[in-house]
Amino acid sequence: MKKTLAILVGLVVTAPVLAEEAVNIYSFRQPFLIQPILDDFTAQTGIKTNVVFAKKGLIERLKREGKHSQADLVLTSNFSDLIQLEDLALTQAINSEAVNANVPVSFRDADGQWIALTKRVRNVYSSKERVGALPHLSYEELALPKYKGKICTRSGKHPYNLGLVASMIAHHGEAQTKSWLEGVKANLVRKPQGNDRAQVKAVKEGLCDLALGNSYYFGKMIEDPEQKPWADAVHINFPNQDNRGSHINVSGVVMTKYAKNPENALKLIEYMTDNKAQNMYASVNMEYPVKPGVELSSLVASWGSFKEDSLPLDEISKYRPLALKLIDEVKFDL
Amino acid sequence: MRFKFSLSRWQFFAWVIGIVLITPLCFLLFESLQGDSEVFSHLWDTVLWDYTRNTLLLILGVGAVSCLIALPLGWLTAYCDFPGRRQFEWALMLPLAMPTYIIAYVYTDLFDYAGPVQITLRNWFDWQSPSDYWFFDIRTLPGAIMMIALVLYPYLYLIFKTALREQSFKLVQASQLMGLSPRQSFYKVSLPLARGAIVAGLALISMEAMADFATVNYFAVSTLTTAVYDTWLGYYSLTAAAKISAIMLLILFLALAMERYSRRNQAVFERQSGVNSETLYNLTGKSAWLATGFCCAVLFFAFALPVAVLIGYAVSYAEQAWNSAFFLYAWQSFKIAMIVSAITIVLSLFVVFYQRIAKQAYPLIPGRLASTGYALPGTVLAIAVLLPLSLFDDKLNTWLEPMGFSPGLLLSGTLFAIIFAYVVRFYAIAHGAVEASFMRISPSLDMASQSMGKSQGQTLRKVHIPLLRRGILTAALLVFIECMKELPAALLLRPFNFETLATHVFQYVSDEQLELASISALAIVVVGLVPLYFVNRSMEQRS
Repeated sequence: MKKTLAILVGLVVTAPVLAEEAVNIYSFRQPFLIQPILDDFTAQTGIKTNVVFAKKGLIERLKREGKHSQADLVLTSNFSDLIQLEDLALTQAINSEAVNANVPVSFRDADGQWIALTKRVRNVYSSKERVGALPHLSYEELALPKYKGKICTRSGKHPYNLGLVASMIAHHGEAQTKSWLEGVKANLVRKPQGNDRAQVKAVKEGLCDLALGNSYYFGKMIEDPEQKPWADAVHINFPNQDNRGSHINVSGVVMTKYAKNPENALKLIEYMTDNKAQNMYASVNMEYPVKPGVELSSLVASWGSFKEDSLPLDEISKYRPLALKLIDEVKFDL
Repeated sequence: MRFKFSLSRWQFFAWVIGIVLITPLCFLLFESLQGDSEVFSHLWDTVLWDYTRNTLLLILGVGAVSCLIALPLGWLTAYCDFPGRRQFEWALMLPLAMPTYIIAYVYTDLFDYAGPVQITLRNWFDWQSPSDYWFFDIRTLPGAIMMIALVLYPYLYLIFKTALREQSFKLVQASQLMGLSPRQSFYKVSLPLARGAIVAGLALISMEAMADFATVNYFAVSTLTTAVYDTWLGYYSLTAAAKISAIMLLILFLALAMERYSRRNQAVFERQSGVNSETLYNLTGKSAWLATGFCCAVLFFAFALPVAVLIGYAVSYAEQAWNSAFFLYAWQSFKIAMIVSAITIVLSLFVVFYQRIAKQAYPLIPGRLASTGYALPGTVLAIAVLLPLSLFDDKLNTWLEPMGFSPGLLLSGTLFAIIFAYVVRFYAIAHGAVEASFMRISPSLDMASQSMGKSQGQTLRKVHIPLLRRGILTAALLVFIECMKELPAALLLRPFNFETLATHVFQYVSDEQLELASISALAIVVVGLVPLYFVNRSMEQRS
């Protein structure tokens, strides 16, 4: 019995043989979002891509695997993971003229430890029927008493909301942000729950009038026949256009410190920052490309141009732990 | 002389198993001793009490609802005859194959404010806004309790029913001769005799409820598990996360130790180890209908309705939901589940047998050590497993490199990591089920076997294992189904390009688009049902 077991285990456990020309990727982004881009890369270069996707813990795994790790790249869906990877010294500098030409300075680390790939905006959706468009809305106004019982949002601890709160701290300081959070919490119609799509759905059903949500969800919903009516019920507003501009988050990539296939990994990064992949991000995922001049999807373009908050991402990222602390203090999610 | 030698050998095996399976947790606790405690004291000052209260309420609630569902079902199917009993007996285990994150998703979709049920009601009655009417909010603590209890009650049902089956009818009959009503004899005879089994079932349920993250997170209920994830991923402090995990384990240990202490002087053995195939009461008329109705209602809400919704998704999203790699995923899930069930059964037999024959002090410790992993939230367990494995890999490479070998991540980068994590996590289930069955075998059988000159190994093989067949099959089934559903450890520890059904489903669920993975979600349920069918058949043949 034991022998059979040992043999069975041995058979199953044998390490997977990875192809010679390959890039190994740890991805925080769902494979179905990036697969078309990876497939096109493989078709062009013959380099295979291998992916492990998880939402949590990949950084810890990379850290523990140390120099034996097989991962060459990490794809993240928000900037705090990029900066966390850099802080833990798990990255190496990406030195590529092509990448530097593609990506503006504000969307990559000064030493090339991380590169942003796409931008997403933290928008406020408003009910067409009950509120209309709000071109002058600011994040600050979400705490005003006139919105009492009108606002929906996902958990305050989600990275997208944490990023927004961190940027509020960066602009207004801790004390003011705390009272802002208390104000927003008092305005919520229900405790934070669901994802960004669920908030738009709730606006459509009349539960709330305003909802926080990332820009690309709006595009994705319009494409889904079941969800299109939800998206049709709301306006997409870009907050703080009269002053500092809307809060931006990014998805991005790092090359791991011990990458075993650095040349292939670099090729993939160059490919991802170049016109074709940037265009696919824009048209398939409804995100904003980081490379200037790449055409937006016609849908995304129809939302109009807008002003971005220009505060550097690593500046905002410093306040992330404090942001989480404040959210706990005001019991935002409870 | 020989006797002494063999005894210490069992002791050795049991302790090795206990220590190996507790190793990941020790690494995690070691982690909790280092570093600062600032994050922890911040949590202490703000939200930790709310989280602790929610965790306790969740465990108590899930335990209570599971008892309300499982105990009547167990008693009805074991002792009473009513229309459909034979079918219900196995069908009532079906909800076990339903992952909590799927049932939670389906019910939220149905009963949310923006879901079809409330929209229909609004249309019928012309309500305009939420202030016009009251409807229960599913995304709450009671909602989470109901969801978790609906899919976990089968643990209690199965273990309780098996215990009742193996109880002698004579005791119940004797109690009735002495003037007790069926209800009284249930409370005064059957229930106390099955107490060990009930506790074993409830312990499994509460550990799983405590470790649950997907459901409570989806329902926006903050528990201690939420705190573990916040501290680790938000405050980047594995230290504080490990501390909170330690508190959770402590609570659980205290509860189990108290229970064990309260029945320290009890021992329940059966003289005959036969199984009742007949029933004791024949229900007719209204009570028969009530029994059938109750079984139907439980099955409908815990299984039929969610499956029907999934089928609905699969039909309307057939094109996107179909995936050609899908059979590969199913096979990979199946394979891992088979291996892990086999390993946990063998290990638990060793440990439980040692508990039985041990003459040394503290015979229960190896089993307790080995069972701890079940109460850890999945991703935390995955990290805990990674700590010793990656350390081992690193040392191995350092040692072998001068000789020109570099094995790379031999343990932490291969399927070994997932299998080890599953064994650590699900050992408790196998142990609980095997132990419950072992306790009912009278020690006089061991003595008889010994007096005939059989060694302890022979006694285990020839006497115990045949008598334990039901317990072993039950344990294997439970572990198998849990492995099919398991998500966090597989997600984090898998090698490149390796998918199980659960990880495939997750990439869509994580975007709240289960519809697109509905076929895979159905497959988790169906593949889980295959062993259920065979185990059930094999049990039927016996009786």
